[in-house]
Amino acid sequence: MNAEPTAGTLPDDHGHFGPYGGRYVAETLMPALLELETAYRQITPKPGFQKELAALLTHYAGRPTPLYAAKRLSDHVGGARIYLKREDLAHTGAHKINNTLGQGLLAHWMGKRKLIAETGAGQHGVATATTAALFGMQCHIFMGIEDIRRQAPNVQRMKLLGAEVVAVDAGTGTLKDAMNEAMRSWVTRVRDTFYVIGSVAGPHPYPAMVRDFQQVIGIEARRQILEAAGRLPDLLVACVGGGSNAMGLFYPFVDDDIAMVGVEAAGSGIATGKHAATLTAGSVGVLHGSKSYLLQDENGQIKEAHSISAGLDYPGVGPEHALFKDTGRVRYASITDTEALAAFKTLSRLEGIIPALESAHALAYAMAEARRHAANEIILVNLSGRGDKDLDIVSDRLQKEPKPS
Amino acid sequence: MSRIQDTFRRLKTENRKALVGFVTAGDPDGPRSFEIVSAMCAAGLDILELGVPFSDPTADGPVIQRASARSLAGGTRLQDVLAVTARLRQDSDVPIILFSYYNPIFVYGLTRFYADAVAAGADGVLVVDLPPEESDEMTTRWPGQDLALIRLVAPTTPDERMARIAASASGFLYLVSMTGVTGSGGLDFGAIGRHADKLRALANLPVCVGFGISTTDDVAAVAAAADGVVIGSAFERLIEEHLGREDLAAILADRVRQYKAATVGAKQQGSSGTRAPEKPA
Ligand SMILES: Cc1ncc(COP(=O)(O)O)c(C=O)c1O
Repeated sequence: MNAEPTAGTLPDDHGHFGPYGGRYVAETLMPALLELETAYRQITPKPGFQKELAALLTHYAGRPTPLYAAKRLSDHVGGARIYLKREDLAHTGAHKINNTLGQGLLAHWMGKRKLIAETGAGQHGVATATTAALFGMQCHIFMGIEDIRRQAPNVQRMKLLGAEVVAVDAGTGTLKDAMNEAMRSWVTRVRDTFYVIGSVAGPHPYPAMVRDFQQVIGIEARRQILEAAGRLPDLLVACVGGGSNAMGLFYPFVDDDIAMVGVEAAGSGIATGKHAATLTAGSVGVLHGSKSYLLQDENGQIKEAHSISAGLDYPGVGPEHALFKDTGRVRYASITDTEALAAFKTLSRLEGIIPALESAHALAYAMAEARRHAANEIILVNLSGRGDKDLDIVSDRLQKEPKPS
Repeated sequence: MSRIQDTFRRLKTENRKALVGFVTAGDPDGPRSFEIVSAMCAAGLDILELGVPFSDPTADGPVIQRASARSLAGGTRLQDVLAVTARLRQDSDVPIILFSYYNPIFVYGLTRFYADAVAAGADGVLVVDLPPEESDEMTTRWPGQDLALIRLVAPTTPDERMARIAASASGFLYLVSMTGVTGSGGLDFGAIGRHADKLRALANLPVCVGFGISTTDDVAAVAAAADGVVIGSAFERLIEEHLGREDLAAILADRVRQYKAATVGAKQQGSSGTRAPEKPA
């Protein structure tokens, strides 16, 4: 790797990752962000905080999650061996809980009693609602109406957990609009409310803080693959919506000589314009508090993203991924709806694991890549979540296009 | 920029406070939007804030969100807002502040924006999501000082930060009346008065107060506490409620005259001890 290893040095004091990141928010929110940054710097390194968080991750979230050698899948594909980091087995069914327990515990230490969050697939919403229930906090989850429709099981879960789900019908009714509304709500309730952002996006300190809380994925995976295979993998693969599960896996390997690929959603295909491949096909701009790559038109208006996967259906991406793209430390590829669906089915049939549609993007890329690698090589895929939430949308789609080739 | 100073100087001699009006350029469409802003200026608006529409206005309530969406549906771009500015400038000396989110300006080009805004006759710019922590990246690319960067101060802004913002501001200071998005209810005139007094003691600049001000009583109460009153959502709501009307511009101009009457005879700036009466919003 010729790229500068960046672990441990970025962001700078103002939350910049090179030219990206920062705090582009209305003045009303600035004091809250500064307060949060201070709390993040002072509270999260404390042994007491770390001990409490570690206990929650172990006894409540079920960590460490297994690293599973997907033998039948690898045999079927041929080529490199595929290992799956089983974030689908974490409590609530995705990696999102790592972050919400971290932020929830920080809110608790800061004395905040109310949580708000945006959600796309509903996994972050469920994880936040779960955390709120655990700490006895009030919880409001903002979710676009289109996502409420396509991820209905998660809406029911959030309500059962005691959260109020606020339907957002602005724009396309997806993750971007939910985040707009969560930010508006935060402006109004900022004095007593903690905003739990669900990815390595948003204004500083969120990209750094969420990365810190998600790093546990990569730290465990590094130890587990050394135990299982006696060496580090050749390639890491993870899907990228905002980029938190990818950053969580990649970051502890940044200084190693290992290839990394972030997989974005190509939707109906990059050429159709109906996709969510921000790093692959976007340009630099400012949205939701930070500077990064965006899907936007030539006038700086944000474009709609399109993906079968609600968790990837977002026109922005975390600022550190933007830097990794520019430095070449991580390569970013994309997978279409159809390719993801095929991988979804394949993993279900061959391994008895139903992946989230988000994770199926990473899997589809890894399967294609494995064929080009020798049998002694190792590809480690972050299986970021489980697919129960996606059953309706998948059976709908499979009926409509019975033969994804 | 001197148009801003001249305006506040003149208002002082007239014993009046500034009526600052915000409307989104291109709402409800290009031609009618121009008629509206021209009529508002002609009716005596002291300062015009011309909104640049944005797809994701995170600091705005539903009324301005819809105004932005109407304008974007008509294809309004930043260059169109600059063209409106230049056309207004041909026969008006009303200070014009461009009111925008950062991304449209960033994508337009920071240096190009400065040059074109000054050439069009704009006097200042207010970038909602560009706090002092980030604004150097824009102003260091400005080759001159002919555009005031209007800074926001919020009720949540601590004193020491308020002082820093006041020290780096130009034109005037925009005090946000409440913790909320534009168009929210629940004005607290007592709190507004205290914040405005504090800010004025720190700054050598006029202080204008906005967000959620809608009735002539609101205007009178805020005018007693500040140097200017900013009205946005109330104008936009008026546009929205009379979309089909031929005399839309005249309706807006009438409202300007009503608000303006409420700024006359308001207590002079600096006469401390004036406290606006508590009024229901
Ligand atoms: C299972 C799963 N994977 C991935 C994502 C995408 O988010 P990120 O890129 O932050 O990991 C989501 C988001 O909802 C998700 O639910």
